[in-house]
Amino acid sequence: MNTFDKVKAIVVEQLGVDEAEVTIDSTFIDDLGADSLDIVELIMAFEEEFNVEIPDDVAEKIKTVKDTVEYIDSAQ
Amino acid sequence: MHLGDKVAIVTGASRGIGRAVAISLAKSGANVVVNYSGSEAAAQETVDAIEALGRKAIKVKANVANAEEVAAMVEEAHKTFGKIDILINNAGITRDGLLMRMKDEDFDDVIDINLKGVYLVTKAVSKIMMKQRYGRIINMTSVVGVMGNAGQTNYAASKAGVIGFTKSCAKELASRGITVNAIAPGFINTEMTDVLPEKVKEEMVKQIPLGRMAEAEEVASVTAFLASDFANYITGQVINVDGGMVM
Repeated sequence: MNTFDKVKAIVVEQLGVDEAEVTIDSTFIDDLGADSLDIVELIMAFEEEFNVEIPDDVAEKIKTVKDTVEYIDSAQ
Repeated sequence: MHLGDKVAIVTGASRGIGRAVAISLAKSGANVVVNYSGSEAAAQETVDAIEALGRKAIKVKANVANAEEVAAMVEEAHKTFGKIDILINNAGITRDGLLMRMKDEDFDDVIDINLKGVYLVTKAVSKIMMKQRYGRIINMTSVVGVMGNAGQTNYAASKAGVIGFTKSCAKELASRGITVNAIAPGFINTEMTDVLPEKVKEEMVKQIPLGRMAEAEEVASVTAFLASDFANYITGQVINVDGGMVM
């Protein structure tokens, strides 16, 4: 599984959305209906899955699936 | 056994209200993490009392105002029992004195343990509770945080702070199946009130409609209720257990 597929799986599980809804350009809040607490949980889940630390200033800028994948790929 | 197989952390559980709460939760079926900061022997007595009831207990030393110690405690609790269903933020101190004569460090110490401690432990435990989609958090405030009390500006401020913290947490965590409530005890027979002169105690009792101080067990039973599924639909509340002092 590449990074996108793993991120997608986490997003589907955390937000309870349909797999087809999650594209590389999806925004968590506007497209996928996440609230601020969901974002915190998503970040925690990404950190756990990929064994990376996502600092608060980076977390604030992560708005889309693409932002997530790019950060994780650069951090690993 | 309405708390059967639940796991609870009780801070400041080596004596006073904390010990009574820990034992009460165990009587209802919970396994308990007994946090203490001072006397290990006293904490062990609480552990022994819980084990005598056939429940599991571990004692963990941690100063609730120290983030690293709190993190280590929560990790040990989670590792030992695999989950944390209930958190009782009970640890608290007094450093009484009139405002004009209060030492800054006495103000800071009380705020650090009574208020910042609640913040630190709740923050660490809520991460686990959010994943579980279940949690019961109960914070010990005080009637003094509602009414004020001469000689306790620091303590009253810390306890009023706990009430605001409780309500805000209740709003933040409600969507994840976590309820957050506070209990405001009045005058309870513990070591904390033992130090008061008899005369002061007599005056205090006159203000209590029920006409007596309470035993710690009378606070513990309300705590056990709020921790149970009987209280599923209660969140963000302050329950006074004060013999009618505040109405």
